Amino acid sequence: MSEVKYSKEHEWIKIEGDVGTIGITQHATEMLGDIVFVELPDVGASVEKDGNAGVVESTKAASDVYTPISGEVMENNQAIVDDPGKINSDPENEAWFFKLKIKDKNELDTLMNKEEYDKFAKESGN
Amino acid sequence: MEIKKTSLHKLHNDHHAKFVEFAGYEMPIQYKKGIIEEHKFTRSNSGIFDVSHMGQLFIYGNEDLTNDLEKIFPLDLKNLKQNSSKYTFLMNDKAGIYDDLIITKLKEGYLIILNAACKDNDLKILTKLLNNKYKMILDEQKSLIAIQGPKSAEILNSVISGINELSFMTGNWFNYKDQKTYITRSGYTGEDGFEISITNRFIEDLTKKLIENGAQLIGLGARDTLRLEAGLCLYGHELDINKTPIEANLKWAISKERILKGGFVGSDIIVNQIKDGTKQIRVGVKPEGRLIAREKTKIYDEEDKLIGEITSGTFGPSVNGPVAIGYVQKQYSKKDTKIFLEVRGKKHPANIFGLPFYKKSYVKGDN
Repeated sequence: MSEVKYSKEHEWIKIEGDVGTIGITQHATEMLGDIVFVELPDVGASVEKDGNAGVVESTKAASDVYTPISGEVMENNQAIVDDPGKINSDPENEAWFFKLKIKDKNELDTLMNKEEYDKFAKESGN
Repeated sequence: MEIKKTSLHKLHNDHHAKFVEFAGYEMPIQYKKGIIEEHKFTRSNSGIFDVSHMGQLFIYGNEDLTNDLEKIFPLDLKNLKQNSSKYTFLMNDKAGIYDDLIITKLKEGYLIILNAACKDNDLKILTKLLNNKYKMILDEQKSLIAIQGPKSAEILNSVISGINELSFMTGNWFNYKDQKTYITRSGYTGEDGFEISITNRFIEDLTKKLIENGAQLIGLGARDTLRLEAGLCLYGHELDINKTPIEANLKWAISKERILKGGFVGSDIIVNQIKDGTKQIRVGVKPEGRLIAREKTKIYDEEDKLIGEITSGTFGPSVNGPVAIGYVQKQYSKKDTKIFLEVRGKKHPANIFGLPFYKKSYVKGDN
């Protein structure tokens, strides 16, 4: 069984056991426009909840990516580094950013479920 | 101050534009398809750009006006043919650039196209320099669109016939539904194209006709990636009051005749800089890999010495990679010189690139 949760910074995390797969939401890609560059955290790096965990750049500007959960990066998705356009075409599936070993499952309680996030995204506008 | 809207605002909205504020105007940055597709459509087909926020300044006069304008602009205006256009600059006496502009000689005087953010100040400066001697109208009753890309001539000709007679950097009067319109063959994308000036009342109708014939609306986002690939300067980025045309590597735009004779605002500095060179100069910068270097990115040499700064940088959809323009110290300006760009605290390799990034396809016209 896997579960997907969402952050206010428009990241999603799919939780399978103690592994989390993280990416940015469809709503985020629509706000950013065409993504042309991505920088991912290194494998082995420790990332802290709400801390920096990469960068996406559109034709217009650079934006930081934050991790919704603390943990150690186990894998990053080189396919989106080589072809950042994938992030626009399939942001919540194929174009995941990185996988991490979740440090503290209690942190997940601070995140939103799909229904809550959709409402939040709609209200945050843009 | 209230934000201004162009006469095409409703049409932009109908085409799902995302708007940004630019120089006091609410302008479309992109439409539904996004910057990359809009950029590529312009290169392969025909894009329409609303540039009605730019200033259209008409100055009325004859030979006296030509003589007086030669005291301002580094151009050989006496020998400029009627309906021919030149790219030039309004400078201060230190050759710092107030604005870059296109000036066209008309039967009754001159038409000058000014940057939106500079136009009101330009008018003040020109009024003063010309001692209030001539009738000048910064015409808010006229809109301006650019149509750019390889199919633009065919599309525009099917709506306003006869435009094929125009060669690059010339213009003429045409009729659209009995309305007089001034059209020049010019643009700022590195593609063949036209700029069309017509009264506000007719602009939406004309633009819709061009769309019916296959052209598409393109936002300011793609206008920026297109001009950057073409190696063209944007005022406020590559050009400002602290830079001269020689530093900006725009010597080609200064008439040779006028370099010899001088006598225009800033000519002493220009002549000296041509003779002695400048400390810094504008160059193309091509980052290795996919890294994007934005405006204000610091440039270093191989010994970690600070040698310059990026003034514009983005992803170039047609070259399928990052492109940038910046200023470096003269000794580093040679093509293929290896440099380093500091982005998010790390130094990334890049090379000086001979502009443009994308080769233009301007055409000469039928005659």
